[in-house]
Amino acid sequence: MSWTARIGAALALAAGSAAAAGATAAVGHPVPWQLNMTEGASPLSHQVYDLHMYAFWVCVGIGIVVFGAMIVAMMRFRKSRGAVAETWTHNTRLEVIWTVVPVLILIALALPATRILINESNTGDAGLTVKVTGFQWKWRYDYVDYQGRPVSRVGFISKLAFNSDEARQLDSGINPRSLKSKTGYDDYLLNVNHALVVPTHTKIRFVITADDVIHGWWVPALGWQADAVPGLIHDMWGEIDTPGTYRGQCAQLCGQDHAYMPIVIKAVSPAAFQGWLAAQESRARLDTIARTVQVTPVPAPAPQG
Amino acid sequence: MATHAGTHDDHDAKPGFAQRWLFATNHKDIGTMYLVFSLIMFFIGGSMAMIIRAELFEPGLQLVQPYFFNEMTTMHALIMIFGAVMPAFVGLANWMVPLMVGAPDMALPRMNNWSFWILPFAFVLLLSTLFMPGGAPAAGWVMYPPLVLQGGDSIAFMIFAIHLMGISSIMGAINIIATILNLRAPGMDLLKMPLFVWTWLITAFLLIAVMPVLAGAVTMLLTDKFFGTSFFNAAGGGDPLLYQHIFWFFGHPEVYIMILPAFGIISEIIPTFSRKPLFGYKPMVYATASIAFLSFTVWAHHMFTVGLPLGGLLFFMYATMLISVPTGVKVFNWVTTMWKGSLTFETPMLFAVAFVILFTIGGFSGVMLALVPADFQYHNTYFVVAHFHYVLVSGAVFGIMAGTYYWIPKWTGHMYSERWGKIHFWNSVIAVNVLFFPQHFLGLAGMPRRIPDYNVAFADWNMVSSIGGFWFGLSQLIFVGNIIYTVYFARQKASARVWEGARGLEWTVPSPAPHHTFEVPPVILPGMLAHDDVSH
Repeated sequence: MSWTARIGAALALAAGSAAAAGATAAVGHPVPWQLNMTEGASPLSHQVYDLHMYAFWVCVGIGIVVFGAMIVAMMRFRKSRGAVAETWTHNTRLEVIWTVVPVLILIALALPATRILINESNTGDAGLTVKVTGFQWKWRYDYVDYQGRPVSRVGFISKLAFNSDEARQLDSGINPRSLKSKTGYDDYLLNVNHALVVPTHTKIRFVITADDVIHGWWVPALGWQADAVPGLIHDMWGEIDTPGTYRGQCAQLCGQDHAYMPIVIKAVSPAAFQGWLAAQESRARLDTIARTVQVTPVPAPAPQG
Repeated sequence: MATHAGTHDDHDAKPGFAQRWLFATNHKDIGTMYLVFSLIMFFIGGSMAMIIRAELFEPGLQLVQPYFFNEMTTMHALIMIFGAVMPAFVGLANWMVPLMVGAPDMALPRMNNWSFWILPFAFVLLLSTLFMPGGAPAAGWVMYPPLVLQGGDSIAFMIFAIHLMGISSIMGAINIIATILNLRAPGMDLLKMPLFVWTWLITAFLLIAVMPVLAGAVTMLLTDKFFGTSFFNAAGGGDPLLYQHIFWFFGHPEVYIMILPAFGIISEIIPTFSRKPLFGYKPMVYATASIAFLSFTVWAHHMFTVGLPLGGLLFFMYATMLISVPTGVKVFNWVTTMWKGSLTFETPMLFAVAFVILFTIGGFSGVMLALVPADFQYHNTYFVVAHFHYVLVSGAVFGIMAGTYYWIPKWTGHMYSERWGKIHFWNSVIAVNVLFFPQHFLGLAGMPRRIPDYNVAFADWNMVSSIGGFWFGLSQLIFVGNIIYTVYFARQKASARVWEGARGLEWTVPSPAPHHTFEVPPVILPGMLAHDDVSH
């Protein structure tokens, strides 16, 4: 029937435009009217995006068949059009077909999912290890090792930036849309005082835990989220291919300020990262010396919070 | 006819109000009380959803503090699940199961009374926490420790309320099983029972299996909070994830408890308005049983992001995907029942068709969520919120509404207003999509669930969703209006059969169904049952 084809085409068009609009989304943060998942900035996130789109199109295909059949039935077999009901009640061959075919479709979905999952769970051979600790309601990042060398005392707390914290209060009178980053991005509730700095083109192992309640560390551009559970270590990996700023949020309800503990990752070139890390380490060393000799009045550089 | 024997109530002429309702042992009266109770809870839980959607209408905090917002999301879920959806299904079972199997009443009428009357007390306890110092529980309906243990003393009230609901559900389930297994009329073989009876029989076993598990989980929370144990406290040698495993061992069968009876209702309605027998009766029964069995093997898909080992993730991914096979069988059988039928679209059928389409959309997002790597992006986002509201609102709730329109002529003896039923349907079905479809986009764009405020990039779709929410909420007033109209004001009398295509014992008694029916077991004549010629 021509009109069924038309409906099918309309469905495919709607779905296709949804996918296209999603594809134009920025990688590092959500954009207004965004429809689809980010492709992200990591090999894993690309694979996850492809799996997501594959599963989506499979569902669209099944939907066209099932809903198409329903629509045809509702149009053709109306009593008002003189339809007379048949009396058949079963057909074993049909039942077998619509049990076996879905199983085959599921196998076709499970294979890539399994492959990606095995890749995802391989956290070995990382160039950088960062320990992430969830607190109510902030994150702590500790650099554990870089290129096989232990990092000495580099770590800091990362929490919601002051301007967002001020604007988010009940009846603050501050328009959330008035908050802008230096680049003009609307960063309300997605900005922090200290971003997590990481090198690009480096496999990063994140070891994630929590201090009080369960949190969820989620940066969509990395392609995954991981619960931060007190008493347990959860490890995942990511590798960012383009320098830039990548934003995320706590994903697991963790109390009243659950919405106010965002995550910001700043990815820089390995050379820049090397320099940044060296500076952090020497500052940490100075701190230690200052504390050891107890020269209290020295205006030491503010502890990198 | 034996079916008319109940029209004269000679032994108790006119019971007083307390005698009839407080001491009720009649399955119809108790069913009515369950349904009225669930409708009240639907509106209490719904008004909390309105507060949630109002706060999320635009970015920034305008109405409530974040902690109160968390109280709202927690209470909304607890009330809708335990107060609205589950009691509505028990109410429908009370009314219809004895009528469908030809039983004079439920097998255990006094226990039936008790299982209903526990509920108002349970919900008074639960709702009273809103007025306690420190506020209501605010850790989500899943009550994950350690967070939930930070709550005030009100969590003890929540836990006792859950114990009471569990006792009520278990007693209700025992009653339904006893009725179905012992009180069927001669000739009503198990494989001739209506699908609604079958789905409820299976649901009742699920209830008995998992409600004690929930009771155990919340009791451990209670002792962790008040008696110094460390079941879930890592610092004391416990494990916060132990709770999640126990909770979801209850929680996953629970989602099927909330959908299987709706499957049953839809399997009654579609054949009636297609004027054609249900296609694949036996596969439908086996599919329901398979879903129930598999529901015990998939709980950890609610915990994909907690850091499970690879083998565990793979097992639970495959098991979860497998559930879509029997579910698909059900959908295909419904569609094939409509194929080459003689269809009319009265309000129950409209809701049933919407159920099949929208539940299937919820099933699609369910299959996507089953894929672990993709779930790592969907988990705890609005994509999940959209998914479970598609299966719970346009699934379970639409099933309940379809059942209400379908059976209310039998209950009251009057036809509801078809015109207002259709107005209710079209408003609901459009609004529910305006409300929940954009939430897929929000989740995919990166909006976590259970947050009162968000980045401005999420503003537009949230506003659309909120408009849909208010629209859906208001539309339900039409439903209440139509029920009140049918009960008190409708003039048009309903016939015994009510619907041209309806078959089954429940349609052989007059409308309204007399207070006592089938005091003498009915004689089942050929063609009286919907499924009496099932050869395989």
